[in-house]
Amino acid sequence: MMASNYNAKEEDGHQPAAIGHGGAGTVKNKKPDNTAFKQQRLPAWQPILTAGTVLPAFFVIGLIFIPIGIGLFVTSNNIKELEVTSQLIVPCYNCSQSYSWNSTKPCTCSVPFSLDQPFESNVFMYYGLSNFYQNHRRYVKSRDDSQLNGDKASLKSPSKECEPYRTSDEKPIAPCGAIANSLFNDTLELYYIDPNGSRTAIPLVKKGIAWWTDKHVKFRNPGGNDNLTVVFQGTSKPVNWRKSVYELDPSDPDNNGFINEDFIVWMRTAALPTFRKLYRIIHKKPNMTPTLPLGRYILEVTYNYPVRSFEGRKRMILSTISWMGGKNPFLGIAYITVGSVCFFLGIVLLIIHHKYGNRNHSADIRS
Amino acid sequence: MAREKIGETEVVNVKKQRKKTKKEHKTRTVHSNILYDRTKGEDNPNRHYSDNEIKTTKYTLLSFLPKNLFEQFHRFANVYFVFIALLNFVPVCNAFQPQLALAPVVFILSVTAIKDLWEDYRRHRSDKEINHMDCLVYSRYKHQYMERFWKEARVGDFIRLRCNEILPADVLLLSSSDPDRLVHIETATLDGETNLKQRRVVCSFLDLDCDFDPSKYNSVIECEKPNNDLARFRGYITHRSGRRDGLYKDNLLLRGCTIRNTEECVGIVIYAGHETKAMLNNNGPRYKRSKLEKQMNVDVGWCVIILLVMCLFSAIGHGLWMYQYGDKRPVFDVLSPEGAELSPVLSAIYLFLTMIIVFQVLIPVSLFVSIEIVKICQVYFIHQDQDLYDEETDSHLQCRALNITEDLGQMQYIFSDKTGTLTENKMVFRRCTVAGVEYSHDANARRLAMYQDLVDSEEEDCTSHSGTLPRRDSVTSNQSAAKVVLRSQSTKSHRRTGSRAEAKRASILSKHTAFSSPMEKDITPDPQLLEKVNHCSSQMTFKRFHSQSLSQLPSDLTDIIDFFIALTICNTVVVSSPNQPRQKVGTDSSSSLNRSSHRDCSSVLSSPSAESTLTKLDEEHHLGGPVGLEHAFSPVPPHTTEGEPGALEEGELRYEAESPDEAALVYAARAYKCSLVGRLPDQVTVELPDLGKLSFELLHTLGFDSTRKRMSVVVRHPLTDQITVYTKGADSVIMDLITLPSTDDSKGKRQRKILYKTQNYLNLYAADGLRTLCIAKKVMTKEEYAVWLRHHLEAETAIQGREELLFQSALRLEINLHLLGATGVEDRLQDGVPETIASLRKAGLQIWVLTGDKQETAINIAYACKLLEPDDEIITLNADSQAKFLSSDPSRSFQKDYAPAYSFPPPPPPSPSSSQTQSFLVHRLGLVIDGRTLAYALDSSLDEKFLAVARSCRSVLCCRSTPLQKSMVVKLVRNKLKVMTLAIGDGANDVSMIQVADVGVGISGQEGMQAVMASDFALPRFRNLQKLLLVHGHWCYSRLANMILYFFYKNAVTLIFWYQFYCGFSGSAMIDQWYLIFFNLMFSAFPQLITGTLDKDVSSETLQELPQLYMNGQNSEEYKPYMFWMTMIDAFYQSLVCFFIPYCAYADSDVDLLTWGTPITTLALFTILIHLGLETKTWTWMNWVSITFSVGLFFTVALCYNASCPTCYSPSNPYWTMQRLLGEPLFYLLCVITPVAALLPRLVRGRCVSVYERENMWDVRPYSEMLNTTGVVDLTVKY
Repeated sequence: MMASNYNAKEEDGHQPAAIGHGGAGTVKNKKPDNTAFKQQRLPAWQPILTAGTVLPAFFVIGLIFIPIGIGLFVTSNNIKELEVTSQLIVPCYNCSQSYSWNSTKPCTCSVPFSLDQPFESNVFMYYGLSNFYQNHRRYVKSRDDSQLNGDKASLKSPSKECEPYRTSDEKPIAPCGAIANSLFNDTLELYYIDPNGSRTAIPLVKKGIAWWTDKHVKFRNPGGNDNLTVVFQGTSKPVNWRKSVYELDPSDPDNNGFINEDFIVWMRTAALPTFRKLYRIIHKKPNMTPTLPLGRYILEVTYNYPVRSFEGRKRMILSTISWMGGKNPFLGIAYITVGSVCFFLGIVLLIIHHKYGNRNHSADIRS
Repeated sequence: MAREKIGETEVVNVKKQRKKTKKEHKTRTVHSNILYDRTKGEDNPNRHYSDNEIKTTKYTLLSFLPKNLFEQFHRFANVYFVFIALLNFVPVCNAFQPQLALAPVVFILSVTAIKDLWEDYRRHRSDKEINHMDCLVYSRYKHQYMERFWKEARVGDFIRLRCNEILPADVLLLSSSDPDRLVHIETATLDGETNLKQRRVVCSFLDLDCDFDPSKYNSVIECEKPNNDLARFRGYITHRSGRRDGLYKDNLLLRGCTIRNTEECVGIVIYAGHETKAMLNNNGPRYKRSKLEKQMNVDVGWCVIILLVMCLFSAIGHGLWMYQYGDKRPVFDVLSPEGAELSPVLSAIYLFLTMIIVFQVLIPVSLFVSIEIVKICQVYFIHQDQDLYDEETDSHLQCRALNITEDLGQMQYIFSDKTGTLTENKMVFRRCTVAGVEYSHDANARRLAMYQDLVDSEEEDCTSHSGTLPRRDSVTSNQSAAKVVLRSQSTKSHRRTGSRAEAKRASILSKHTAFSSPMEKDITPDPQLLEKVNHCSSQMTFKRFHSQSLSQLPSDLTDIIDFFIALTICNTVVVSSPNQPRQKVGTDSSSSLNRSSHRDCSSVLSSPSAESTLTKLDEEHHLGGPVGLEHAFSPVPPHTTEGEPGALEEGELRYEAESPDEAALVYAARAYKCSLVGRLPDQVTVELPDLGKLSFELLHTLGFDSTRKRMSVVVRHPLTDQITVYTKGADSVIMDLITLPSTDDSKGKRQRKILYKTQNYLNLYAADGLRTLCIAKKVMTKEEYAVWLRHHLEAETAIQGREELLFQSALRLEINLHLLGATGVEDRLQDGVPETIASLRKAGLQIWVLTGDKQETAINIAYACKLLEPDDEIITLNADSQAKFLSSDPSRSFQKDYAPAYSFPPPPPPSPSSSQTQSFLVHRLGLVIDGRTLAYALDSSLDEKFLAVARSCRSVLCCRSTPLQKSMVVKLVRNKLKVMTLAIGDGANDVSMIQVADVGVGISGQEGMQAVMASDFALPRFRNLQKLLLVHGHWCYSRLANMILYFFYKNAVTLIFWYQFYCGFSGSAMIDQWYLIFFNLMFSAFPQLITGTLDKDVSSETLQELPQLYMNGQNSEEYKPYMFWMTMIDAFYQSLVCFFIPYCAYADSDVDLLTWGTPITTLALFTILIHLGLETKTWTWMNWVSITFSVGLFFTVALCYNASCPTCYSPSNPYWTMQRLLGEPLFYLLCVITPVAALLPRLVRGRCVSVYERENMWDVRPYSEMLNTTGVVDLTVKY
């Protein structure tokens, strides 16, 4: 009795594992159980990477990847994309040089461009910025999700993360934070120049550019969609803004305040310093005519957003979209490359294997 | 009234005493508690001593948290992670949500804390159970013994113990119900020795007739401070009368021992609770740091450096990035929360701190915890291995050190004890020499042959060569050398299943009797010697009847009788009878008395009846010889005690000895009808043929020690009434102590001749691999004895330096001895020793044997176990005075001068004895060195040379080495050669060596548990070492090495670093903080644990067939320093791929931070898991499950997390990201191509290496048999 106690104590420190598992078996006879697990004889698959298994694997990878790559490449090439860099055009260049956050008067400019081929199906219109570090650590954090979600308490006292864009003139800023403060506020308009020279405004749809979940779950106006002017009473607009948050789109109460889609899109911070953001959608026309026929166009820019301080550049991109997203030939090329490399390696190894394999084979026989 | 007064004086005395003890602090004074009031114990002098409540728990409820945390923070890694977590609370550099950043640290700390808490709780429960056991304590008020809990016993209490009770504390024995005032205890829980030990009542209470009355006790005990030496206790007891008596270890009953064979005893508590010797000996588990871990720590250091470099790089980058904007603050460059503008330099400094947090994963947080878990699992599997289980002793391997399993795979030198490690330590009496005449015991040899198994069957092979049994060869033929050649040349070893089974049965039987198997017990007497014995004893009987002087007998006859008497009484064997094991057999009267009264207590232990009948059968068979008849005729001489016919009983006697040699000799003597029937502290009863029972008054026993190498008993011979000293010991010492009659008469000549002959036989025995002992006697005159006795008593009562004095006293006694004879005892090799040694050697292990045995014996055992091969060249170093010359002239090369000087031709004459100097490196060398020479060799001036010689030898044999020398050799090799050493041994003399070595292995064999207690691993048999090292060691090492490298790799895939180039080095992370923190902790943790525990790079069979594979671990081939860097480069490349493929795929798109970061996380997880898959060599269902689980867990967590809260998790909210990604084809396309592209180089490299390696790989054919399935020659891929 006592002896066993002492032993148990002894083993306590030494063999917790054995006590944990071996309990019942060890009472009568200490012989370990003859189970496959305990004897480390679990049935096992031993993937021996032999010539027989590795070489086919290389070939199989090659044979699968190359067609996928070709498919991706073709798909990407079928996507039509046009990029217009506004700064290169003189009037806009002037705007960009002179404009700063302090300017009061908007600067407008227009950029002509032309399409070589018609764009069918829906066309997505993006604005692009480069050299804009929307992923800067302090910048990314500088927002208050509760406030944007319509939380009234947060509306009155925004989170500390918003500092130093939390309050202005003793009033809380709505929406607070650096991201909101730096909202892209250029206005872009697109005109088609008829062959006869008249301008036709192209209808730009501003709904549906944000994620559904953002629009309906993540972003909400405080107090539902009541009179926003009342709701936002007592708050101040972000420093850089020209108008208050409830004036973003007065025409459409469903697109005003925090649930303004341009605002929501901006708040989804870009991953890389050169990025584009969806601005408008040009819907497919019901008849068979292309969405954007080929011809000349004019991009009217209301220049509000200064980019000179960080050597940024603005762009406007028109693009169709495929199942794999926007135009990007990289993935197709990557698949083709990896596939080819695998295939090539397969061949090389096959040759090596034949050479050395035979030699060794005979060596084995000899010995 | 008078009593009270005494009490008062006592108190005064006590006060004086206390002052004294305070001053000295060297001794402890114990008074009886009866004298003091228990309730108000201010004046109780014992109150300062700890009580008997034990508490082995580390924590209390209150102290758990602080103490455990404190302990955990001793680990550098934990401090580091806490530091990082706290850094998150600093606003300027917080990268993550501070609460979340605490998660990993808290997780890891709490895993460890829960483990500790659980262990502590178990300890608490067992403490509680022990503390609440009952014992009888004498009550001051009720004047009787009361039941109390153990924890209530205090120093100074009187405790009554009954048979089979366990001692609650260290108790000084004051009274015993035993008529001889003895108590038997079993100390198995302390030292694992199963034989009974006698303890005796303090001598001043010996003559107490009536029951001991505690209330009358008023002596004061002064003894040592509590210490952990189990084998020592000194002190004295001072009585009221002023008389002083010495206290010895014989008087002390130790906590944890069990009382046996004694109805009742009473003692006073001396040490209680944690001050008991048992508790002081109870050290926690051993902590060693393995070689692999040391290497790993270096690389963790490198990781830190890499981390700092990366942080510095980022910080400088950030500074420059800030600088380029100058005064124009871009909109995205947010001011600090305080609104202050940060200068580039300041923000670079802040960023440095932020980066430390962001890159924290580079230091593998969970590595330490994971390694611990994996090691525990490994230990569990080693435990469970059936091959490491020994059926005979029902014992299996014990891992006592949990954290050095992988060291087993890296051993380079093995230091082995011989006796009990290579051999069975089951002694079998083989031959003896009495008075210069050899009795070869042929019948015995023949009978032993029946038990022969694997090892001995080889010997039989050699009999077919030589035609006769080697053991039966005529005594004079000095052909042992030739025999050895034959023996070792016979390579074929066929098993004889029949004899094997018999041997097994024998050894199973032996489990029940303490040490002695039938093999050891049944000794067929040599007819010649038996006849002489009978003749002699009948002569003696005759003379006695006619009251003639016994001295007129021919001297050779008396020598024979004396020889057997010496064998019988010069030992510490305890006699017990098998029907009632643990039943001491004293004098017949007491034994029969005891038996009836102790039946209930001993029945618990009574052995199965079948076994006892078997033994009886053996006995009958044994008695059936021609001797049986004569035995029936036994007159009853006047000197025998209690003329009770004990023929039947005596046949059933069993002997329990501390060392198996002793038992073997006693059994041998019994075969000649000279049997030990009872042993009391002051008397030994021997039954002699014809003469019947004789009682020898035992005056002194001078126990065996390793310095003297002998033991002696001083008895009064009942027949001659002379004081006789019988000494038994190693031949080297005894032979020096023999004095020859100086006269040159016939007697002197004869003596000289006997001495010479005996020495010859001794050499012969040793050459045969027998353990030799010399038996000598000395008759003392009354005066001589008186003189010696006076000195001896002084020595015994001395408190200081008693050991030294007793040693001197023994030296004074053991001189001028008369040689009686010598014995040869065989210690058989364990099963499978030669095979094990052969395969360990193939595995590249150097095996050194360090033994205390004679050189000749050791060499022969070495041949038998294939340590030395017949064609090995043997260098023998035996130096005494030369060593001085050697040290005086160290400039001369050791090899050149001394190898030839000291090498005598090896026993089996090799190829024409060549000049050893030149052929030094051509031949395989064996080095044999003896203890004395070893002492010179270990000297710091020569050790280098000694090592140089030893290294060039294939095997090294150190004979006659002391325990200290053993450990010095191990230490020398370990420190000077910088190799991994393993010491294996079974006895107390191996303890120091076991402790010194990197890995100590104890054999849980015959010689108690000291070696096991000191060891890291305890094995049942030597042969288990093969599987432990070659299979488990290899596995543990390769598993852990691979796991550690994998860990480094996994943590070094720092995708975020590349991102810094695209976020202005601002410390931003595209991977959500949750993924970042739980990635290593949860998502990728399980598969590597499974692989680390279960993966087998090579199967167990192959590892045992191809011991060369072990060298893999010896050379640390699985984890070399460059491998860390290779791993780092691989991780670097993979992180590049994992970052830039998604980067390019999403370049200039409208992707947002987390929608881009989540695919990266996912594909990094896939890459890491597939990488692990490539590293995994065996896939069991557990690997599949764990990988599936990991992937499943990641997606589940991601989906739940991304759906849970649209506003929380600042600073980045990944709401609905994963859900959206799962609907995008691009996500899947990325997840396919990236792992393939990332792992392609690894695959190709593996292929190339394998093609290249095949050229210079060793014979892989058995390997390929296993692997080859395609028919094409396979290429084994090694990464």
